[in-house]
Amino acid sequence: MAVSGADPRGPAGIALKGVRYAYEAMEMVFDLCIAAGTVTAVLGPSGAGKSTLLNLVAGFDRPDAGTIAILGRDMADVPPGARPVTSVFQEGNLFPHLPVWRNVALGITRHRRLRPEEQARLDQALERVGLADLGQRLPAELSGGERQRVALARALARRRPVLLLDEPFAALDPGLRARMLDLVFALQAEHALTVLLVSHQPGELVDRGIDVIFLDDGKVMFHGPMAELRQSAAGPALARYLGD
Amino acid sequence: MAQGAQPLTLSGWRTRWAGTAPGLAVIGVLLAVLATGLWALLSVAAPTGTLRLDAYVGGVVVFSLVQGALSALLSVGLAVPVARALFRRGDFPLRTLLVRLMGLPMVVPTIVGVIAIVILFGRQGWLNQAWGALGFGGRIDIYGLHGILLAHLFFNLPFATRLILSGLATIPQAQWRQASQLGLTGSQVLRWIEYPVLREVIPGILGIVFLLCFTSFAIVLALGGGPPNATLEVAIYQALRFEFDVGRAAQLAGIQLVVCLGVYAAILRLGRPVESDLAATAAVRRPDADTGMARLVDTMAIGLALLLLLGPLLALASRIAAGPLIDVLASYALWAATGRSLAVGATAGLLSLAAGWGILTAARALRQVHGRPGLARAAELTGSMILVVPPMVLGAGLFLAVRDWVDPFAAGLLLVVLVNAGMGLPFIIRILGPALDRAGRRYGRLGESLGLRRWHRFVYADWPEVRASAGLALALVTCLSFGDFGVIALFGSSDTATLPFLLYERMGAYRMDQAAVVAGWLLALCVLLFVAVERLVGGRERR
Repeated sequence: MAVSGADPRGPAGIALKGVRYAYEAMEMVFDLCIAAGTVTAVLGPSGAGKSTLLNLVAGFDRPDAGTIAILGRDMADVPPGARPVTSVFQEGNLFPHLPVWRNVALGITRHRRLRPEEQARLDQALERVGLADLGQRLPAELSGGERQRVALARALARRRPVLLLDEPFAALDPGLRARMLDLVFALQAEHALTVLLVSHQPGELVDRGIDVIFLDDGKVMFHGPMAELRQSAAGPALARYLGD
Repeated sequence: MAQGAQPLTLSGWRTRWAGTAPGLAVIGVLLAVLATGLWALLSVAAPTGTLRLDAYVGGVVVFSLVQGALSALLSVGLAVPVARALFRRGDFPLRTLLVRLMGLPMVVPTIVGVIAIVILFGRQGWLNQAWGALGFGGRIDIYGLHGILLAHLFFNLPFATRLILSGLATIPQAQWRQASQLGLTGSQVLRWIEYPVLREVIPGILGIVFLLCFTSFAIVLALGGGPPNATLEVAIYQALRFEFDVGRAAQLAGIQLVVCLGVYAAILRLGRPVESDLAATAAVRRPDADTGMARLVDTMAIGLALLLLLGPLLALASRIAAGPLIDVLASYALWAATGRSLAVGATAGLLSLAAGWGILTAARALRQVHGRPGLARAAELTGSMILVVPPMVLGAGLFLAVRDWVDPFAAGLLLVVLVNAGMGLPFIIRILGPALDRAGRRYGRLGESLGLRRWHRFVYADWPEVRASAGLALALVTCLSFGDFGVIALFGSSDTATLPFLLYERMGAYRMDQAAVVAGWLLALCVLLFVAVERLVGGRERR
């Protein structure tokens, strides 16, 4: 059975109430409450509405009906840049003409010169993702994993409490993907981030003890602990998705 | 239970629609200028009761249509074998240079092309001298329909060649591999691989070339040989400049507008749009390239095109070398005209780029943020409306609209700038539009999520992505405005002469040696200006 509404385990990080959004012939409906400071995976077949859910939370798309609140604040009038949210996409996270440090610094300030405390934030973020020595490089000079690390560094530097990850590691090989996930979970724990992670690899998340939202045809089929997903009412749809 | 969406507050609404405001303002101003010009024409024409369809008007309409149709058929018909030859000769060492040469007429001012053709084919031209030296009687006369067709061919054959070449380049590589494996002959390749593409792109190219030739001004004015061979554009000019018959001008403008509108609508419906993109003209290996017949046909096609393109320019160069170079270059009139032309070119170019940027960012926001692709297309089409409101019509309308307040001849250069900026808009929209859209698709959401707006979005997201296209578009419009001999013919005088006007004056006074030097100077500056603007604005490396 689909579980929605208030999460019994903590205050709401992200709450979608009666949210409807029509895209082509499909109407998506979201009633969700995601606890603050947790990692929640968003699973489902292609076209189920996973990216749309993240776009609605980020403010890139506007719901046809309903309300979205982040950390208790209604987001109706809040443009994407002012939301307490940072998004990391599968590609197009970096401006190719700017060096790594400038790409990360854009998460702190839009001005060309950094104040000492801003420089310190930038250095810390690069250090934390292991890119302290690559600040002067251009994105084209980095590997795929390094580019996504830069995007994570910028997310850290921005200090927004919600992190939206829309399949950012899908193009990486399995080993690197696992290491990037480790990094995300470590950052989440250090900064008590609320993380919403779209993934097509549920197997990689099984042992991480996180919640999962399973979407099918624009509807929330399941929201709860990963371990309970197979036994839930979403079972048949899940079986189709996994090809069981 | 679902709740109704919360209405946007005023600040939310402003934030959401802010991206479209400047562009919509530009479109408003553009429509106002067009409406003012057309209304001024009609309001003057209607009360005078001079709207009459007499033999003269009928003759002008028929001639405009016939010469436009013949020019388009000739240019596109001959461009097909030239484009096929360039496409088939992928291994030809000078191919890249040749394809670039085909772009030359885009920056050669029309009036320069005209004098080059007169020098080659005119009474004292190379051809007549050779004709006489060979002992033949009589002379070849360049003035008349055949002269107009020849000049239109000079400008439009290379243009159509590039467009067809770009169309051929869209044939998937897999089809060529299949053709090689199956050992298709030349005629089979033409029928099964090239013809489907040609059938799609040629109607649109025919329409564009017809429109260009139908509204041709400088070529017809200089080579028409008199009123019997006048296009509507030239007849409007004559009515306003010499007969002061505003009603007649309005009537002719109305007819021209209706025909252009019809042709433009047909272009939009017929055929798919083609981009003249050098990068898209990469060579492919074809199975029909190595036969003797193919080599002969291709050599002839390329040779004839080169002769047509380079012959007049070489004739002009030789005339310049033998002309009063120092005298003309030392004259005050030349430098004053150069200054005016530079001012007109730079101002019109920048104005056009700014207006085009506004329209395109609004269209992008409508398409990518608000999900209104129809409105976005409408905004872009509005920017290209100058294609159906020919410059002479707009110039005439503005002339009439402002004459009660200012002396239109005194404000002539300002009107020239305005009309040229408008004429440049379709180029800006065509060249810059795809790049701006691409920047939006790649970095729009990233910019939004980082809160990059207005200036910061321009600096970080848009400009680096569109810089090369902006450089090309600005260079093209600046050059076209710099060398334009259209509206300036209506408003120009010795005191406000631009370089093309000065050149036409010298030609009109039969000082062809001086005119040739002015033409050389104009052409050299045009090429320099194009390269300089494209490099300075677009950056050294084009992505």
